[in-house]
Amino acid sequence: MTTPFYVAPEQVMKDRADYARKGIARGRALVAVRYADGIAIVAENPSETLRKVSEIYDRIAFAGVGKYNEFDQLRVAGIRAADLKGYQYSRDDVDARTLANQYAQILGTVFTHEMKPMEVEILVAEVGHEPDGDQMFHILYDGTVNDHRDVAVLGGDAESIAARLAESFAADLDLHAAVRIGVAALAGPDRELPPTELEVAHLTRGNGRRCFQRIDDDAVASILSS
Amino acid sequence: MPFFVPTDDPGANFPELLRRVGLRHDLDARGHLDVPHATTCVALTYTDGVVMAGDRRATSGNLISHRSMDKVVQADSHSGVAIAGAAGPAMEMIRLFQLQLEHYEKVEGSPLSLEGKANQLSMMVRGNLPAAMQGMVVVPLFAGYDVRRGLGRLFAYDVTGGRYEEREYVATGSGSLHAGTVIKVGFRSGLDRNGAIDLAVRSIWEAADADSATGGPDALRGIYPIVATVTADGWEPVDDDDLAPRFAAIADEVRAR
Repeated sequence: MTTPFYVAPEQVMKDRADYARKGIARGRALVAVRYADGIAIVAENPSETLRKVSEIYDRIAFAGVGKYNEFDQLRVAGIRAADLKGYQYSRDDVDARTLANQYAQILGTVFTHEMKPMEVEILVAEVGHEPDGDQMFHILYDGTVNDHRDVAVLGGDAESIAARLAESFAADLDLHAAVRIGVAALAGPDRELPPTELEVAHLTRGNGRRCFQRIDDDAVASILSS
Repeated sequence: MPFFVPTDDPGANFPELLRRVGLRHDLDARGHLDVPHATTCVALTYTDGVVMAGDRRATSGNLISHRSMDKVVQADSHSGVAIAGAAGPAMEMIRLFQLQLEHYEKVEGSPLSLEGKANQLSMMVRGNLPAAMQGMVVVPLFAGYDVRRGLGRLFAYDVTGGRYEEREYVATGSGSLHAGTVIKVGFRSGLDRNGAIDLAVRSIWEAADADSATGGPDALRGIYPIVATVTADGWEPVDDDDLAPRFAAIADEVRAR
């Protein structure tokens, strides 16, 4: 029997992180922008049917980049956790922070214990009853959680997108302005993103019980042209 | 956070998920319990969709146990459910049904078809059969707007989960004989919204007049039966300010006899 080569744990972790980062960098990015009445999420997504952004609960949205089957599995797990908690206790007891922590546990465990890490980055966004309650949690492939106040950027080329977004962001934007700066930041100076390449959704305060809503291509086109 | 391997995944089925995480306890009562009962509900079709209506009373034997119960509730954006029978299990069934429709919509990314929703409710009623044998009968009505076919549809159930689609109207609960007869006599095809609401209101009035377990309009406390419409635009409750004059008109008519 041959003894396996010794590989330093640091090296194992680094290799896994590189592997996950490469997978994520290949995919297209998405941004979330806080505006006066909630949070707008804009994703670069050429597919009409496969979603990157979706509803988790009354005031909570999920967005993922990277490997589709992996973040979709996390999306469904989040819906289950939220619906179970809301059924067992009350709808008011479901919050983004708990979900973000649970996601972090799963991603962290998979990163250290499984053969391969999940090649995903996810965002859990919650719209508060008041603007102060808006929350965004950005969870990385290894379970690292970052919370953001105004904007979040996930996926490849995140740094330059974040830099563009930081320049154009202002407090108390309206929904249309938030979508426009999100699209502009994703596209960058050298290209233009048509509505068919975009997936746009928002969580809006005062939208009734279920705050999550999608914006279809025609509506996105009219927002971008105005 | 529940996490399943692909071959062992409960999918979009919320009741099954509850069972898997150990939160579903089927009622298995021995003997006969005297629990509060909810009574009369009706639904009928009209040109734009369906109207649903139900009284507000819950009774325990000869006592009124609750005066403002909501027996007609929104199930999702384009459907509603009404219940008659043991109030506790019925409310729980409605809660689970609403959650299942929303859960499915979120997991699958698109809502169930109206027929799919009706079948789902059928399974839940069947699941309640052991409790029904102990006296906790739950008999719902399901009505909604079928966005694929562009029409309002009605479904009645029996205790075994049997599902019966009706074309014109349906009534359930202790006052259903009277309420159903009023609608049967007054129903004609091509009813408009106003006419359909009037007919539903009249049917609840007559049921309350003849059945002690059915509550009529309670002008003293400002409690009126719940009436709602479901059309292509979705679920829309008819508010009390609209209902009050309709009941007042019936009262005037009765007084003038």
